[in-house]
Amino acid sequence: MPGDTAHRLWEVFTQPEGGKPFEHAGSVHAADAEMALQHARDVYTRRGEAVNIWVVPSSAITASTPGDAGPFFEPGNDKPYRHPQFYKVPSGVRVF
Amino acid sequence: MPYQVHEPKGPTPRDERAGASEDPRRLAEFEARIARGETIEPKDWMPERYRRQLIRMMSQHAHSEVVGMLPEGNWITRAPTLRRKMGLLAKVQDEAGHGLYIYCGTETLGVDRNDLIQQLLAGTAKYSSIFNYPTLTWADIGAIGWLVDGAAIVNQTMLAKASYGPYARAMVRICKEENFHKRQGYEIMATLAAGTPEQRAMAQDALNRWWWPSLMMFGPHDKDSPNSDELLRWKVKQKTNDELRQRFVNLTVAQAKAINLTIPDPDLRYNEATKNWEFGEIDWDEFWRVVKGDGPCNRERLAARRKAHDDGAWVRAAAEAYAARHASRAGAAA
Repeated sequence: MPGDTAHRLWEVFTQPEGGKPFEHAGSVHAADAEMALQHARDVYTRRGEAVNIWVVPSSAITASTPGDAGPFFEPGNDKPYRHPQFYKVPSGVRVF
Repeated sequence: MPYQVHEPKGPTPRDERAGASEDPRRLAEFEARIARGETIEPKDWMPERYRRQLIRMMSQHAHSEVVGMLPEGNWITRAPTLRRKMGLLAKVQDEAGHGLYIYCGTETLGVDRNDLIQQLLAGTAKYSSIFNYPTLTWADIGAIGWLVDGAAIVNQTMLAKASYGPYARAMVRICKEENFHKRQGYEIMATLAAGTPEQRAMAQDALNRWWWPSLMMFGPHDKDSPNSDELLRWKVKQKTNDELRQRFVNLTVAQAKAINLTIPDPDLRYNEATKNWEFGEIDWDEFWRVVKGDGPCNRERLAARRKAHDDGAWVRAAAEAYAARHASRAGAAA
């Protein structure tokens, strides 16, 4: 049909219960944010799977690429002094 | 390079030879990842054939969920009790949701949902042939939940381990919901089978009509299934059509016995050695006829989908106009 629209794409993130982090659930098509939120509720939370929802235009998300995974995350991997095991404590002392 | 989460790649190339010239080093790396049981994510390198097989398989699956609403929707207004009506409404709503989960997963492969829907409406896309059979009586709603959703669970439980992450995740979500579908169907059948002689006959008649099409849902024999080898090699599927069909029959025979219904197959017998229920030959002429568009309801189903899509066009247009007006007002106020 001429002029027909499928609406823009939104990514949906749901919080399964209070205190838990949001996680990606999937996507929906919607004309605006309010409609995206309602669609996300109907599609991804029919059985109480969430207590909160975020919707974000898919075009607003920037992500790292799998091919870059090695070099991109490298700066973190060569800093063992960020981990507690790097530091020595006298034996027999309970640190935590 | 950063990338957009959903990056349209344009229409899928039709060239059957595409993928023949994949970089052998990358292909070997990809197959090694599959062999190690790793999950492939949307932006990982994948052979073009893998991407196209997934688009084909996932979009057919999504279309099946959507068209699957039609035979059942036929009985919502005539459900015998409020309890049955609520259950059926919820089930049909789930099927719409399942379609959306899988379309969403398919879009991660760089296709646009609207293109896929247009292919369905144009009659060039396939969907499960089972939905081209009519629902003649209320017992058919029982038979569909029990057998059709039962067969879907067998298939989808395997697909929940598929090598492509978005497909596997959609299947995990769907499998959790299908159990409700199957149980509501089986409860309908069990109730009718324990009812008056007329109700019993209705249940048996529904089983007689839906049994063989349910077995056809698993697709052609392995030797006649052109896509199976590739899908198994790349672990999109972990079991063959015939293995899944056998598993479904083994599970279902006892369920039919428990409610005193007879599976319409004189060749059905238990093999002590293999522990399998062996069954008669499927009418493959009927299968191919329905797949190719000549089933009892193919035309009716597509006409109903087209009408629903066209009737909804003004709603989509109104939603866009509303969004545009609010956006421009917000812009003016800022």
